[in-house]
Amino acid sequence: MLKRAQALFLGLLSPVIALAMAGNVSAESATRQLNMPQGVTEVSQAAYDIHMIMMWICTVIGIAVFGFMFYVMYAHRKSRGAVAANFHENHVVELIWTIVPALILIVMAIPATTALLKVYDTENADIDIKVTGYQWKWQYEYIGEGVKYMSELRTSQDEIYGRAPKGEHYLREVTEPLVIPTGKKVRFLITGNDVIHSWWVPDFGVKRDAVPGLFTAAWAKTDVPGTYVGECTELCGIGHAFMPVVVEVKEEAEYNEWLAGKKAEVAEYASTIGKEWTFDELMVRGEEVYERSCAACHQSDGNGIPGVFPALKDSPIALGAKEGHIAVLIDGVAGTSMQSFADQLSEVDIAAVVHYERNAWGNDVGDVTQPIDVLNYKQGQ
Amino acid sequence: MAHGPATLADGWGKYISRWVFTTNHKDIGTLYLWFSFAMFIMGGAFAMIIRAELFQPGMQLIKPEFFNQMTTMHGLVMVFGAIMPAFVGLANWLIPMMIGAPDMALPRMNNLSFWILPFAFAILTSTLFMEGGGPNFGWTFYAPLSTTYAPDTVNYFIFGVHIMGASSIMGSINIIATVMNMRAPGMTYMKMPLFVWTWVITAFLLVAVMPVLAGAVTMMLMDINFGTSFFDAAGGGDPVLFQHIFWFFGHPEVYIIILPAFGVVSQIIPTFSRKPLFGYSSMVYATAAIAFLSFVVWAHHMFTVGMPIAGELYFMYATMLIAVPTGVKVFNWITTMYRGSLTFETPMLFSIAFVILFTFGGFTGMMLSIAAADMQYHDTYFVVAHFHYVMVAGAVFSGTAAVYYWLPKWCGRMYDETMGKVQFWIAFIGFNITFMPQHFLGLAGMPRRYADYGLQFADWNMVSSIGAFMYGGAQILFLFNVIRTIGWGKPTDDPQVWEGAEGLEWTVPTPAPYHTFATPPKVK
Repeated sequence: MLKRAQALFLGLLSPVIALAMAGNVSAESATRQLNMPQGVTEVSQAAYDIHMIMMWICTVIGIAVFGFMFYVMYAHRKSRGAVAANFHENHVVELIWTIVPALILIVMAIPATTALLKVYDTENADIDIKVTGYQWKWQYEYIGEGVKYMSELRTSQDEIYGRAPKGEHYLREVTEPLVIPTGKKVRFLITGNDVIHSWWVPDFGVKRDAVPGLFTAAWAKTDVPGTYVGECTELCGIGHAFMPVVVEVKEEAEYNEWLAGKKAEVAEYASTIGKEWTFDELMVRGEEVYERSCAACHQSDGNGIPGVFPALKDSPIALGAKEGHIAVLIDGVAGTSMQSFADQLSEVDIAAVVHYERNAWGNDVGDVTQPIDVLNYKQGQ
Repeated sequence: MAHGPATLADGWGKYISRWVFTTNHKDIGTLYLWFSFAMFIMGGAFAMIIRAELFQPGMQLIKPEFFNQMTTMHGLVMVFGAIMPAFVGLANWLIPMMIGAPDMALPRMNNLSFWILPFAFAILTSTLFMEGGGPNFGWTFYAPLSTTYAPDTVNYFIFGVHIMGASSIMGSINIIATVMNMRAPGMTYMKMPLFVWTWVITAFLLVAVMPVLAGAVTMMLMDINFGTSFFDAAGGGDPVLFQHIFWFFGHPEVYIIILPAFGVVSQIIPTFSRKPLFGYSSMVYATAAIAFLSFVVWAHHMFTVGMPIAGELYFMYATMLIAVPTGVKVFNWITTMYRGSLTFETPMLFSIAFVILFTFGGFTGMMLSIAAADMQYHDTYFVVAHFHYVMVAGAVFSGTAAVYYWLPKWCGRMYDETMGKVQFWIAFIGFNITFMPQHFLGLAGMPRRYADYGLQFADWNMVSSIGAFMYGGAQILFLFNVIRTIGWGKPTDDPQVWEGAEGLEWTVPTPAPYHTFATPPKVK
């Protein structure tokens, strides 16, 4: 009987033991990870430490309480001839089990408070980055550097819908990750553009809701270069699961090089905006942009979702005047989930996607939309 | 007692009118219970769709749009359609019999409060068949996803919620009025069975917070249709305001669900321990303390929203306090069993599982209360696992225990004990296979309400889905056992039914006659 009880006891404990032993799995080989990651910042370490303290306290209390309960269930069963006692009160015992948990909680409150103070220590940052949540992508703006770009899921709709094999980084890859340097205190100023999103990087211990009309701050400082993957953690519509966060931490020299490259890109783009694109070039680029930014709602076949997202195939806007079509992308449609893409897509991308929508799925307007048309519309506003 | 209730022998017309026009607390209790079971099956079907889609990474069966409707409807139907009406049904059946009253204090309102419910849920579920689909913004319906960005059908959802709220408020007023005015002579407050106590406290919570929910959805209605900007930042409003209002309702709401479950378990454990409940008065005070605390901890659902640190600290400390009265209850249940004479019939098995798994959910709740750690847990599967441990293993297990415990009294027939035990073990094992791995998923980084996930989460999701199908199967067995009992169970006329059962409901004949306590009993 004792052996049986021992086996049962160990069996019940096994998830706890497994949890405790799995603490040190690195972020990259996370396939069998069971526990919270320790991460690479002070904040993530603080969260992990308090998490482990709480878990051990709960484990000890659990073993004591459930152990006693299982003993009672074994020893005081009627089939073993147990006769019921008749007591129903004991003020001393009741007082003890009210006061002792309260004391444990008071002790717990101390490390819990210290850890929280660390989370909120956002003063004196070296670098400020504005993070804006869009349906369904992130925008990163390096404040004071003139660098701003969108970070979108790179996994294809074909992989998601099983029409192509899933890659190694399925749903963990983006067009352009956020890049930060090692050894610098980076402050994230987080806000939302449309609905509430939440920006989470587990290895930084940073999770902040991206609320429209509100800026919240979080921070990270790490010495460990690498790629860190996170997620959007506030339900934000149909693309909620499809807007991962990817952060690359580079050595400072590499980071500076990268930042200089981004600035050069901005300058170069401005000089090429007048270029004439051919019909077919625009179709190719347009399809890429469409799949990334439009297909989640309007669907790959342009048919939309009836009653929620209108079809673009045979739509009067796509078949009508070019200016009207561009206007929808630049201005959005008030009171609907069609947002303005003026800040999210470049003039070239908007031209390409408008062109694509006018000439795909049997839409055959046949005209060509150039980046300069988009720029003219923007400037004419 | 001139005549009994109409039966099928009187013809369909009379039989149906009996149920439609009934003012009898037992009939209305029965209606509530069957309605809630129907909703439980429907909400369960939604859960099965969710788990089937999450069986593997990638979108196989449904689109993300429909997935979001399923998670939303699953939550709404289970909370407002299955669990709450189930406990109102139990209250209707049992409170008059437990306090020695002939019926509820307000029988016509009782009829109304039940019969508007099917309409509320017809309105809500009909949206699934409309253009635009059902609500797709989660059961917490955070603005502006549920206002500016919602499908047009959100208006149906709003009216559905209004009707559910009206039903709950009427039901609660009825319970408060009954308990305050209709107790038998000698049945003082501190002699009431704990189930009655927990329900009175729950009823006060409901009366206090349901209007807050009604206010929240009305503000949504205004934002959507009449151009106000309560929750729209562009118009000077604040999306965070919505969350404060919602959780001021939402946190008491979760105690509304669990307190009657505490009551049920506090009735069953003494019976099968053959020993009075330990610490009755501390149980009452602990329940009241939990109810009070539920009003002052709401923003612990919002630790990541960007509150100032003073707010975070206050809500963290207040939330940690809940562990004290909750611990008292758990210790009391276990001490009730201590030196008892225990047997393990199906209701007792479900009650013991309740104590263990609810306590486990309480542990994860304590971890969640630590704001710095919650930055990692928030909105992940860790939270999903936590609240299913308290909602399913808490409320649903205790509801199941209650049905098995009182069913012989209600219909004068015994259920099949073996089938009940088989159901228990399938449910218990299936439940843990479903939700234990979700702790790991959440800690490893899987957010909740995800229609699709990265390959690193594949294994545990598959395990969780298998467990969910198992748990779903156990409910079919439950339905079968209940129907079999009512129709063909072994007849019994022992008023006490269970050897250790105490209380007024066990003094009336079995099966309980249509009218009980026409003359009040004397309670010593």
